[in-house]
Formats: sequence, structure tokens, C-alpha cells
Amino acid sequence: MRKIKKSPDPQQPPMSSHDVVITGIGLVSSLGEGPDAHWQKLTQPGFQPVLDAERFAPYTIHPLPDIDWNLQIAKRGDQRQMETWQRLGTYAAGLALDDAGIKGNDELCTTMDMVVAAGGGERDEAVDAAILAASESRNDRDVLLNEKLTTELRPTLFLAQLSNLLAGNISIVHKVTGSSRTFMGEEGAGVSAVETAAARIRSGQSTHVLVGGAFQTEHSDMLLGYELAGYLHRGPWKPVWQRQGSEGGGVVTGSGGAFLVLEQREHAKSRGRRIYAELGPIVSSRARRRLGELDAEIVALLKQAELPAGELLTISGASGAHVATAAEKAALDASPALAVRGFSTLTGHMKEAQFPFAVALAAMAIDRKAGYPVFDAAAEKPFDGAPKAVLATAIGYHQFEGMGLIKAA
Amino acid sequence: MANLKDHMGRPVVAVTGIGVVTSLGVGKTDNWAALTSGKSGIHPITRFPVDHLNTRISGMVDFLPSSSKGASHLTYELAETAAQEAVSEAGLDSGDFGGPLFLASPPVELDWADRFSLYNSDKKDGGSERLLRVARALKELDLFETTQFGSIADRLADRFGTHGLPITLSTACASGATAIQLGVEAIRRGECDKALSIGADGSATAEALIRFSLLSALSTHNDIPEKASKPFSKDRDGFVLAEGSGALVLESLEAALARGATILGIMRGCGEKADDFHRTRSKPDASPAIAAVRAVLADAGMSEDEIEYVNAHGTSTPENDKMEHLSLSTVFGERIGSMPVSSNKSMIGHTLSAAGAVEAAFSLMTMRESVIPPTINYDNPDPAIVLDVVPNKKRNAEVRTVLSNSFGFGGQNTCLVMAREPV
Repeated sequence: MRKIKKSPDPQQPPMSSHDVVITGIGLVSSLGEGPDAHWQKLTQPGFQPVLDAERFAPYTIHPLPDIDWNLQIAKRGDQRQMETWQRLGTYAAGLALDDAGIKGNDELCTTMDMVVAAGGGERDEAVDAAILAASESRNDRDVLLNEKLTTELRPTLFLAQLSNLLAGNISIVHKVTGSSRTFMGEEGAGVSAVETAAARIRSGQSTHVLVGGAFQTEHSDMLLGYELAGYLHRGPWKPVWQRQGSEGGGVVTGSGGAFLVLEQREHAKSRGRRIYAELGPIVSSRARRRLGELDAEIVALLKQAELPAGELLTISGASGAHVATAAEKAALDASPALAVRGFSTLTGHMKEAQFPFAVALAAMAIDRKAGYPVFDAAAEKPFDGAPKAVLATAIGYHQFEGMGLIKAA
Repeated sequence: MANLKDHMGRPVVAVTGIGVVTSLGVGKTDNWAALTSGKSGIHPITRFPVDHLNTRISGMVDFLPSSSKGASHLTYELAETAAQEAVSEAGLDSGDFGGPLFLASPPVELDWADRFSLYNSDKKDGGSERLLRVARALKELDLFETTQFGSIADRLADRFGTHGLPITLSTACASGATAIQLGVEAIRRGECDKALSIGADGSATAEALIRFSLLSALSTHNDIPEKASKPFSKDRDGFVLAEGSGALVLESLEAALARGATILGIMRGCGEKADDFHRTRSKPDASPAIAAVRAVLADAGMSEDEIEYVNAHGTSTPENDKMEHLSLSTVFGERIGSMPVSSNKSMIGHTLSAAGAVEAAFSLMTMRESVIPPTINYDNPDPAIVLDVVPNKKRNAEVRTVLSNSFGFGGQNTCLVMAREPV
């Protein structure tokens, strides 16, 4: 569908209009944790990604770094109640809250809204494998299922799997309780989460919102979610733009999380916080890809994002998925002004966290008044100078698309 | 002439279409007839064997073509069926809705039937390696889409011609109410004139049942299924897992009146508050639920005296009903003893992701029909919970305003206030 959300009617001005700024960033990926570690590595020319090609062969993944969970999740009891995906998200959320000077501030936490982009949690692989193995010699598989699941499932595992329990854990651990919503649906969920959070702030519904997501790929079920449609890249690793025609479907996944603190500008100023950048237009769409609408949709989104004239650093969340990545590359290449950086080359694809991650990298470049060197010299062109605006994209590997323009505050 | 803007200067949001499916049947007519005659939709489970299960009853929707096709297909069909009813009633083009879609639906996973079938398609290697190897050779798009969290909404967006990127959300048992809230907020912000909000849940699989059972959340009163869900009763022992869907067409009152649509009700307010106490239990002082009720009243610009009926979350778990009573009695004071508060879940069970939307649909019908559906199975009142639960028999009553509560795992508390007429 070409039609996107209609802009507010000029005859009916919105309730009130507030600027949205970014005051906190929490990042975790195979590159490390926090904006500083990421900046340092991503601006190292020729930096090589952290890869694990063995554990899930024939798939390569970007694994989690070593994390001391205690730093953001003080209680062991809380850590035990979560699987890695929830711990990762709760941890990244804590980093963002810390970065924004909100963590531990009761007043700010209890009035803070939250929109989390989430998929599902990890299943118990051992229980699943045992059930599958037993299914080879049983015809009464439904009975087998009851027999095994009732006796072997850990009761609290369910809570570690439920999509909205990442947000639930953030409430419990970090005391963010203004409101809590969880959006589901791969990259699109991350786009909608940022878009909705920004709309809430612009309209005066929220003063500060925690928004983000996490993806833990080091689990066979998370890979299966892609591979049922043959989306994963196989064979030797290649940069995200170089996977067309290679064995497999082009996606190399990575574990990671990205949370942002979005804030009304006046609110951030009144508490004297550092502002990374301002959020410009956040646009989203649902191309009917089966009808071949994706190419035109990406072009339409680029138009709606109100790109400034001149050279523009573009942080692309391209997944590597052959069709979607080719469409995005063609659309971006058609604008010579865009200097594209496909960060999945260095982090892998982080699904629900992909768009928040792209926005974070864009905001960091603005804040530090510098671009990133090329992540792939064969496909990306240099960008010099201090970016005043940066485009962030997330074109879903299978469905849904979004972009955002991040601007100097 | 009704006000087109509310007390905060925002567009007033009207409901112009309602659709519902529960274990009691498809559509408003059948559901309302059953609900007001105190009929229960809870029945023995037949979808899968119940060997080894402590709970062998549910409110599953067993009469749709997709009822045996897995959670993803059934959830889609439930959502589509309710949405079709709502969009038709609103008199809108059901292939070109022209507004955004907000879908509350359960988290998805590959169904066990499909896992078994993938795994047993050959004998090489084992465990997850075999699943992955078989899967990548298969490239079966239909199967793949059952594992994508955005796919049900994507199909619905195609089917109804909704605009933009559809939002699929989960706030656990409050999801249906959140879907409505997101629609209301989008209209209030001036992003659209109308929105389609759906809550649908067809995920009552054996594994789902076992998971809730392991958390001791389900009733085990298997012998007389229709008696198992007994909100606010002394012997309540858990909720009854159920399926269903509810859909609302939301429109700015201005747009609805301009096209001459019938106004079925007004969404006066939405309120929420997260709980940081525990993953499944509420703060003992019920302060988050209290805050959510107060937030919805503030958002609606109403005082507590203006609420005439509460459509309770009323799950029939020991914990929820006690906490819900505490929150209501705190907010409404002594008046709560004489105010009707009933639970649809006594008849339809807990439809999880759909519950908030199903119960919003029934709340609107309560006002339109001037009949309050009862809380059935109220034979043994809990002396600690003094409420007028509209016990066992429907009550004819003029109802102008309803508070509908939804509380969920993960500290989710969402409340809606609806009114019969615009102000």
C-alpha cells in the first residue's frame, strides 16, 4: 500500500507540537556495549566483525559479547527469571536509562512511558529435542506432547518467553512504570515503536519514553524463524551488500539490543541533559511485496523523510535478504547524495532491534560531528565532514519498511 | 449538537462498528443472546487429547474452519470474522477500510504439528539441526509466516485495505484494550479519521494450556465445565483458557457524523499504569490498578460518580479478583457495593489477547441494549469481596457509562471508559 499515515490536517493543528530529542542510548552487540565502545569500533577503518561460524554451522552469527549482567540487573533472582533475550533487553534498557540520567530517579521512572519491540523468547531446546526424538517412535504424538511438557517444562520458562515480559522485566528491574506497550512484528515493530513514541511526545501525551528492542540469535529456534523461508546466508561470511547470488538467503544474524530515551526537548532542557540529536520525520509503510510494490515504496519513503539537500550519511539496517536488500540498494544508489553504511555487516541482523539500533548510530554520528568510515569499501563511498542530519532505514527482510531522519538538535 | 472535541481539545472518538466471536458463537446476535441468558461457552477440550492434563476444559472456538489448523490460522480467522462484522456494520468498504490497523494477538511459535512433520520428514542427524536442514530445503512460505509476528496483521491489512504499517501488539491479557487505546490515540492525534482495532486469540494449544497450568493459573474444576469460571466466588480456583475475538471500528465523531454513520458508542478515555512488583502477581496494595482506573477517569474527564457499570477483568483467579476488588473499592469507595460489576469471563472464559476487545464490545452492547450480562456461577460469594456482581441473571438497566478493566501478566493494567452517547 502506497498510502502511509496521513499527515495531520493543516486545518486542525495537532493538540500541541513538541520536538523529540534523544537523550539516552543503550547498545549491546557483538562489538561490545554502550555508545562509546560502538563508536570506537565502528570508526576504526577496516574494522573486522566478530563472527562465530562454528556453533550454528552452516550459519555464521555475530555472538553476544561478554556481559556482566549484574551491572544492570542487580538481583540474581531477577536474572534467573529471564532467558538471555530478556536479560539482554533489560540490560540495554538500563544502559539507556543510565545514559539519560533517569535510572534510579523514581519520579522520572514512574512517569516514563515505554514501547518495546519484541519477538518471542527462547524455548527449552533440550525438552524440544527430547520430544522430537521420541516422536520418531510414537504415533500418539499429541499424548507424547502432554506427557513431556507437563513433566519437563520449567514452570517459569513461559514468563521468560512471553513477548511482553521484556517490558515487564524492565518495569520490575528499572521501575519504568508510566505505561508499557509491546509491539511485535520483526523490524516493523521497531519502526512502529519509535514512530509511536515520537508521536506521543510530539502531541504532548508523553514527556519521556523508553523505546527499543533486543534480539538474541544464539538459539536454533531464532534461526529457524528465518530459515523456514530460506532467508539465512550460508557459506563464507560476506558484507551485507555482497551476498546476492551466494548460497542461502543473505541474512546473517547477530545478537544485540538497542534502547533509546526519547524526550520532549523542553523536558530534557529543564533537567539539563545532554541531547544527542533530534528526531525528524519517522515514516513507515507496508508494501504489498507480492505485488511488486517494494521498489516504489522505498522511493516513496525517501520522499516522505524530508531529506535535506546535499550529501547525506545513511545508516542502513539492510538485512542482506536478497530481494529486500537489492531493492533498498537500488533505491539508495539512485540518490548519489546518500553515503550509505550497512551496519549489519558489522553487527549482523538484530530483527526487532534493527531500527532502534540504526537510529542510535545516526544520533551518535550527529553528536560526535563525524561520519563512519565505509564498512564495505566495495559498496560504500566515503563521507567526510560533520553530519547535520543522518537517515536511518529498516527495510524488513520479509515485510514492513521504515525510515527516520535524525537531525542535529 | 454533540461536542466534536473532548475536554482536552482532542477529537471525540466514536464506535461505528462492532464484531465479536467467542465460544458462544459468531457475531453479536448469537453472543448477546447467550450472554444475557447466562449461558456458558466452557466445554470439555476435544481439539487435542487431554491425557496427563490437570485442566481438561476450555472456552475454545471449535466451530470455525481454521479451528484445527493451528494458532496462527485460527487467530487470523477469528480476527477477520470479527473485523468483517464490525466493518460491515459501520457501512464501510470491507476491502478498502482506509485507516490504520491495530491488532492484539498472541505471540506466535511454530506449531507442534508442524515441528513433528518437519522433523519426521527424514532421519538424518537430529534435534534442531534436522529441523533447520529440512526447513531450508522446504522454503515453505505459509509455514514460515506462522512464525512471523507481523504476518497475521499483514494478511488482515491486505484483506481490509487498511493504511500503513499495521501494529501488532501484546500487553498480555490487556492486549485487546491496548489495541483500542492505540486506535483512539491515533485519531485523537489527528493521524487518521478512523482506525480498525482488533483483539484476537486462537492460541489455546496444548502447550499454552500446560504453560498456564504450570503457573497454577487455570481452574481444574473439570467435572462441570460450565461451572468452572466463577469470578468473585469464594471457591474460584483459576481462569478458564479461551479463544475469541473482538473488533471495533473507531472514527472521529466528526467524520462519523459527516458520513451519517450510526454512533454505537463513544470511547471516552483510556488509562494505563505498569506494575513493577512481580511477573505474575500484582502489588499487594493494588496501587498500579488503582492508578490505571484513576488515569482513565482523568483521560475521560469524568469523576468516579459518573461511572455506572464496571465490566470487570474478573478472571476467576484468587489473585486477580481480590486485587480488582481492592482497586475498585479504593477508587469508588462505599458506592462500589451498590454499583453493578460483572464479569463476562464467567461465561466465555479468558480470551487472553482478545479479552479487552471482546469485553469492550460487550460493554458497548450493554449500554445499547440496556441489559447487563450477569456473572454466572455466583453460588458461593467470597465474603471478602463485597460487590454487586449482577449474580447469575441478567439485569435490565439504563447504562450510560462503562469502565472496562484489563490486567495482565508483566504488570500490564489498561482501563477503558465508554459512553452510550456523545456529550
